[in-house]
Amino acid sequence: MNEAVAERTGAGGGLSRTAVTVAAVVLALFVADRLAGWLPWVGVYPGSWELPVSDWVSGVMEWLLQDAAIGGIGFRSVVRSLATLLSVPLEAGTLVLAKGFELPFGGGMTLPALSWLGVAAALVLFGARVGGRRLATLLFFTVAYLAFFGQWQSAMTTIASILVAVPVGLVLGLLLGLAAYRHPAFERVLRPVLDLMQTVPIFAYLVPVLVLFGFGPVAAVVATVIYAMPPMARVTIVALRGVSEEILEFARMSGCTRRQLTWRVLVPAARQGLMVGVNQVIMLSLNMVIIASMIGAGGLGYDVLRALRRLQIGDGLEAGVAITLIAIATERLGRALTDGTRSRARLPRRHFGLLLAAVVALPTIAGVFWSPLAGVPDALTVSTAEYWGRLVAWVNTELYGPLNGAKSVLLVYVLIPFKRALVALPWTGVVAALAVLSHRLGGWRLAAGVTALALFIAVTGNWEKAMITVYLCGISVAIAALIGIPLGIWSAASDRVHRVTTTVVDTLQTLPSFVYLIPVVMLFQVGDFSAMVAIVLYALAPAVRYTDHGIRGVPAETIEAARMCGCTRGQIRWRVQLPLALPEIMLGLNQTIMMALSMLVITALVGTRDLGQEVYIALTRADIGAGLVAGLCVAFIAMIADRLIGAWVARRRAALGLA
Amino acid sequence: MHADTSEAGDAPVKLACRGLWKVFGEHADRVLERSGGAPDAAILARHGLTAAVRDASLDVHTGEVFVIMGLSGSGKSTLVRCLSRLVEPSLGTLTLEDRDLLAAPERELTEIRRHQMGMVFQHFALLPHRDVLGNVAFPLEIQGIGRDEREGRAREMIELVGLDGYEARRPAALSGGQQQRVGIARSLAVDPELWFLDEPFSALDPLIRREMQDELLRLQRVLHKTVIFITHDFDEAIRLADRVAIMKAGEIVQVDTPERLVLSPADDYVAEFTRHVPAAKVVSVSSVMRHEDTAPAGAAEIGAEERIEAVAPRVLAAGTSLRVRDPGSGRVVGTIGRDEVIAVLAGTGGGHE
Ligand SMILES: Nc1ncnc2c1ncn2[C@@H]1O[C@H](COP(=O)(O)OP(=O)(O)OP(=O)(O)O)[C@@H](O)[C@H]1O
Ligand SMILES: [Mg+2]
Repeated sequence: MNEAVAERTGAGGGLSRTAVTVAAVVLALFVADRLAGWLPWVGVYPGSWELPVSDWVSGVMEWLLQDAAIGGIGFRSVVRSLATLLSVPLEAGTLVLAKGFELPFGGGMTLPALSWLGVAAALVLFGARVGGRRLATLLFFTVAYLAFFGQWQSAMTTIASILVAVPVGLVLGLLLGLAAYRHPAFERVLRPVLDLMQTVPIFAYLVPVLVLFGFGPVAAVVATVIYAMPPMARVTIVALRGVSEEILEFARMSGCTRRQLTWRVLVPAARQGLMVGVNQVIMLSLNMVIIASMIGAGGLGYDVLRALRRLQIGDGLEAGVAITLIAIATERLGRALTDGTRSRARLPRRHFGLLLAAVVALPTIAGVFWSPLAGVPDALTVSTAEYWGRLVAWVNTELYGPLNGAKSVLLVYVLIPFKRALVALPWTGVVAALAVLSHRLGGWRLAAGVTALALFIAVTGNWEKAMITVYLCGISVAIAALIGIPLGIWSAASDRVHRVTTTVVDTLQTLPSFVYLIPVVMLFQVGDFSAMVAIVLYALAPAVRYTDHGIRGVPAETIEAARMCGCTRGQIRWRVQLPLALPEIMLGLNQTIMMALSMLVITALVGTRDLGQEVYIALTRADIGAGLVAGLCVAFIAMIADRLIGAWVARRRAALGLA
Repeated sequence: MHADTSEAGDAPVKLACRGLWKVFGEHADRVLERSGGAPDAAILARHGLTAAVRDASLDVHTGEVFVIMGLSGSGKSTLVRCLSRLVEPSLGTLTLEDRDLLAAPERELTEIRRHQMGMVFQHFALLPHRDVLGNVAFPLEIQGIGRDEREGRAREMIELVGLDGYEARRPAALSGGQQQRVGIARSLAVDPELWFLDEPFSALDPLIRREMQDELLRLQRVLHKTVIFITHDFDEAIRLADRVAIMKAGEIVQVDTPERLVLSPADDYVAEFTRHVPAAKVVSVSSVMRHEDTAPAGAAEIGAEERIEAVAPRVLAAGTSLRVRDPGSGRVVGTIGRDEVIAVLAGTGGGHE
């Protein structure tokens, strides 16, 4: 009934509606806090009430591994054959690119791996063909870096596993997307599963993968596929839906069979959209490189991880840069391929293929007789690790004072009080406040869902860790928003700034999340503060991008109308652009929260004490139950934020008539 | 093409439908079944159903250009899609020559579509990932025809629509008119007998549209297809049609020659369509001429099927009456003079009526 009144009274009513909501939330917290004085369980969830959910999960997993069988075929042997299936191309790739074959006739005869010079030259040539001089230059610097900084061998190992993970992820995503496109019932099942796959932190499903597939490159590929595939499935559904009805009718009128319709019309016609998914899968697979090395991927990821664990900043940085360069080069290569500017090329495709083959083969054969062609000679490689080591030492002695000062001030006056306050909140009050808020925003269904998710966290005994997660994530998101939104506003106002921010934001998003940790640890050592800085850096991009996009999306006519009313520039910005762009900005914030949560788990490596750490510990102990449950808790926090913001945005958009 | 546009009756019937219905909405079939085949508006409304096509009966004759006209949402597209079974009709019968199309199994239907039907779409529906040649050759390719043969045939079609030289272009690199030429070439590649065109020129600007209409007329003079053409533009219908079916809210309200639609509309809806059409544009010489040969010896001759608009300058410039000859039979059938022409131009001449 309040709603009706609020709606009728327009803008003023909207304000009072907000006020009512805020008052209700505060009241819930206050009442719970008072009550906690009398009844301790209202304040802190009693340990004796905890349900052993993680034990149950572990039990189910145990059963799966030991006894489960479908039609007489054990679950275990299914997993085994899957592993074998994946290991064949994986090993072949590693051998061809990195190691070379030992021929089976004995006598130490080996078939060499592809020559570094050949592969490098072929890549540069290919880049020149699809993307002109700019791309060729980028690829040249990338391969030169890999070769001369002694990263070649590791890079090829990494690329071999990417070359398996990406196609598997693509095909799987495409097939799932196709099935969902065809059968709406399947889509209804698939969507929540994809949601979960994208919000459960990676570490959490590393554990079951590790237990199922054992430590090694195969497990790493499986984890990578699980991580990188969901966007492809999503993108596929959207892209296929985007194919016009007319084209499908045309296909039927031409007498296409079902298969012809799918593979000759539907999928190719959607290829522009599908390429977005391809790009995502490649980026996410590369993002996963370092994490996958925790369960045996080897290659560059392992180099970074080892260096980080030993605090050898220089080595970590060099390998991290190698991954970053590969990611950027791959992204640009993919973009050039989809832009379809290839038609300019002079050489016919088949001849070009032969040329590339020759460029790779000749040095490889020559390498048998003259070893510098086979592997990068040591004399040619350099390392800057030492200088970085010295830089870190210098930072630690010279900059320690100011850096540490700033860090301490923030810690003492902001981080720690906020953390204390959040942890001290009575859990019942928080749940009640969430219920009130979600009911106001989205009605009973949303309230029921959000409450259930929050209760799960409490019941599994993760409440305090969850609050620490919320604290770290909340602070980081607030700072990211404080930096990102003004940047976005600025970038929307000026095309020059826009160009710079787009490039920077694009590049930031291609960096694997782990890479952010290296300089941060170098400057601030380990701890909450470092974690926060890394999270802010990682999660900044969407805040900038969505704000920019939202403001630019305000119709020119509306701005003109405002100008004709005599609005000043400031009035236009604050009274027209920002209110209209607010829903979009909130979506950016939502994205920022998601990215912050995914980074949060990774920062467990630099010694935080939240749910991420819980997951990480479970990983090191191979404790499936604990890992999955803590991971689910992180996912649920993400979901609560996502649903609440989503409901708010929907409401706001409807009010603005943006639908 | 028919020499006599006023009667399409001589040629055999190619495609016929009787009592065709298409009802959209949940459980449409069940509701139809219960209402025993003739659902009334009240029942449909109660179940929240849309009857996009209501009780449509048509005969389309071999070689004629049959135009379906109506306002947006009147069910034109749905009707043609029923005729090609892209949309499954809810009720009624549909026969292609002697075959019951609705009973045809999927396999047979695929064969019919592969060899006997072609369709042109409003938004062209070109495949973005193929060049012009690849698009035109596509219907042949999926039939499994070899590369040389299908590309040869596709090149012929591309030449026919005047696009030679553009074979290697992607659709995105063509103008709207050119894209639709590709669409036309593609639909003709399998040499269909039945040619469906769903508002093929509506997305084009007026000048190009006119040019494409001329192109279509030129092609039809060469190819003699049975054409089912949709438009919401009555001028377009007049230029192209042998006969026009006018649809209103799913129902066919009148099927007639453009001339008779103008001169004797079945109801106000049809009259509204034709109101702004000058009679001279549709009225043929044969319908206003005197049926006796009274022209002076040596007077010029004109064709009986020609429109008054086209012959008016000649008749008015000639001092005398002109002799009218039927190009079909080659016989002189009447005489026309200044008075008859002026009556039509002034809008007071009503032909037969
Ligand atoms: N798939 C569908 N589901 C439900 N209703 C439909 C569907 N297709 C068409 N309709 C409805 O059927 C009616 C006729 O639509 P149709 O597309 O045949 O009209 P049209 O005469 O071709 O219009 P236009 O000139 O805009 O193309 C419309 O009311 C439309 O909303
Ligand atoms: Mg239509």
